[in-house]
Amino acid sequence: MSKNSSNTVKEPLIHFTKRDDITGIKSVLVHGIGLLAGLIVCAVFIMLVTGLSPIEVYVKMFQGTFGGDVTRLKALHHTAILLAISLAVTPAFKMKFWNIGAEGQVLIGALAAAFCMLEYGNTLQEPVLLLVMFLTSMLAGIIWAIIPAIFKALWNTNETLFTLMMNYVATTLVGYFIMVKDRSGRSDLGILNERTGYGYLPKLFGQDYYLNISIVIFITILVFIYLKYSKQGYEISVVGESQNTAKYIGINVKKVIIRTMAISGAICGITGLLLVAGSPTPSINESIVGGQGFTAILVSWMAKFNPIIMIFVSALVVFLGDGGASATDALKIDSSVGEVLTAIIIFFIIGCEFFIRYKVSFRKRQKGDK
Amino acid sequence: MLGIISNLITQTLGYSSTLLFGSTGEIITEKSGNLNLGTPGIMSLGGVFGVIGAYYYTTFVSNFNPLVSIIVTLLATIIGSLLTTLIYCFLTITLRANQNVTGLALTTFGVGLANFLGGIINNKAEGSSGVSAFPPIAMAYQTKLPFADNLGFIGKAFLSSGFMTYLAIIIAIITAIVIKRTRIGLNLRAVGENPATADAAGINVNRYKYVATCLGGVISGLGGLHLVMQYLSGGWNKSAVEQFGWLSVALVIFAVWRPLLSILGSVLFGALYVIPFSIPNLAPKNQQLLELLPYVVTIIVLAISSMRKKRETQPPESLGTTYFREER
Repeated sequence: MSKNSSNTVKEPLIHFTKRDDITGIKSVLVHGIGLLAGLIVCAVFIMLVTGLSPIEVYVKMFQGTFGGDVTRLKALHHTAILLAISLAVTPAFKMKFWNIGAEGQVLIGALAAAFCMLEYGNTLQEPVLLLVMFLTSMLAGIIWAIIPAIFKALWNTNETLFTLMMNYVATTLVGYFIMVKDRSGRSDLGILNERTGYGYLPKLFGQDYYLNISIVIFITILVFIYLKYSKQGYEISVVGESQNTAKYIGINVKKVIIRTMAISGAICGITGLLLVAGSPTPSINESIVGGQGFTAILVSWMAKFNPIIMIFVSALVVFLGDGGASATDALKIDSSVGEVLTAIIIFFIIGCEFFIRYKVSFRKRQKGDK
Repeated sequence: MLGIISNLITQTLGYSSTLLFGSTGEIITEKSGNLNLGTPGIMSLGGVFGVIGAYYYTTFVSNFNPLVSIIVTLLATIIGSLLTTLIYCFLTITLRANQNVTGLALTTFGVGLANFLGGIINNKAEGSSGVSAFPPIAMAYQTKLPFADNLGFIGKAFLSSGFMTYLAIIIAIITAIVIKRTRIGLNLRAVGENPATADAAGINVNRYKYVATCLGGVISGLGGLHLVMQYLSGGWNKSAVEQFGWLSVALVIFAVWRPLLSILGSVLFGALYVIPFSIPNLAPKNQQLLELLPYVVTIIVLAISSMRKKRETQPPESLGTTYFREER
């Protein structure tokens, strides 16, 4: 062996092998290192563009989000909305159904709420109106989610691309709705029912957003229990692991796919309602969801589909997004810095995932091998 | 009347070439089994790097040369989109990360960074919140073929676009030939269909994936540059490119992974994009409804092709999955 080692193919310098399992502490450690590296890169990025020191950067980012009373409430609400959408996409992802249409599902829910507010605002009693809004928003979200799910279940149509296209159908419909309803010619409906206040969600403890946040907390608990302790939650994880196993043990895969997407869509629709009617100044436009449907996918994935971890990941993403925007406020560019920071963190988390799933070993030096 | 029609055709070709660059790039990528949802981000960054190239060229070079300006901006775009695509390649191929998540993160990153860098250039070029523009370079890109005006209607309609339009078509044709008729294309398809089999046949799967994805990314990036030069006079406008990126991804499905069909598809999509703005006296709300068409058409094609289950119209078998040799 050692004699003709120069002729044989060399063992590669770096070798990857699959890990069977990794201890919890080690996994947390690897993620922690990844997160830290990401935060350092983010700080360097902001330092380069603003000239602040890293500590100043993060102090400024904190002040811009969870620092003051007003900003903290806004950041908490932002976190709650992002969390709600992340929760919505989670059951489908666990099933390996790549729903990237949350953006559209939330938007269509928002549209349904806005529609009810304007159409039935002065004909229905307030509690009835709210109930109608709730049901139509939820139903709209379900319809938007269930169409691709049915095609996936029956004909195995690619769900990633289908749900993606549904986003734009929703966006265009919102544009159309605004054009139809708008009499001012500004392509903007302004604040809905500003004088009458029809269809506004009631304020909890007299505070803006408190009701929204409470509803999202409630949804979080529900989703956690549903995924972890219900039979349907178990079916979802089996389908996600292996469709063949699921079929073998008698799970109706088609039914699970459609049912799970209906749940995803329902939560998205409700989130749309919260975005419109839960705001102190309800309005509707094409960018009301603002890409959070896509960010939510990343949040859900980073949290490993765990609703409790998702709370912290959502808060982190809002911190990076809103904080990054406020730290670079002086540059007068726009809020896109936040997106860059979020993406950098995700790249690092994605990267460190590798070291959890695979073991890296280097080529051992053998005798006679130079 | 003829003048209006030829004008319409030229406009359509302008938008369709952006889509054609995007979708040709994505087809090459997807043929290797990588579903790159980062394309909108790559196209945005490709566009903004062109703007950066234009800014530095006009700032630091005193005597303007159209050809040099084109080379500088092209190079800037190629480098920009290559670097962006490498992030995706490293994460999904070497580190075997989930392609959907990585792609979406790359789009978030690319669009965000493009708007950020574009904002900086806008600030530098115009002082406060102005929008930068580099008309001379944009004009260089839009130079017609010298004989276009002498060829009557055909010349005016089909030959009066800038060189990028024809480059897009040429790249699409070459891609079609390479994928369908060469050994490299066969290997690439094998990698996309079944990487384990390709690996067993002695094909270097990772190398094919890297090269195809990077090449695809660079071609997509050119689409962003084209849009910037054709419609934004060489400047940057927030979130203008992203939508075209997603449409390009849609176009790949519409063209059932064939570059030649993608040429037709891009013209159709371009026309669908242009027509709502060109029908006289069309109410804005109906304009909005017409804008639905590209997406609805794509959904229908996607649904029908999955129902018919013809092998020729299916996505590459391993699309969206990562490959690890020891895991079978």
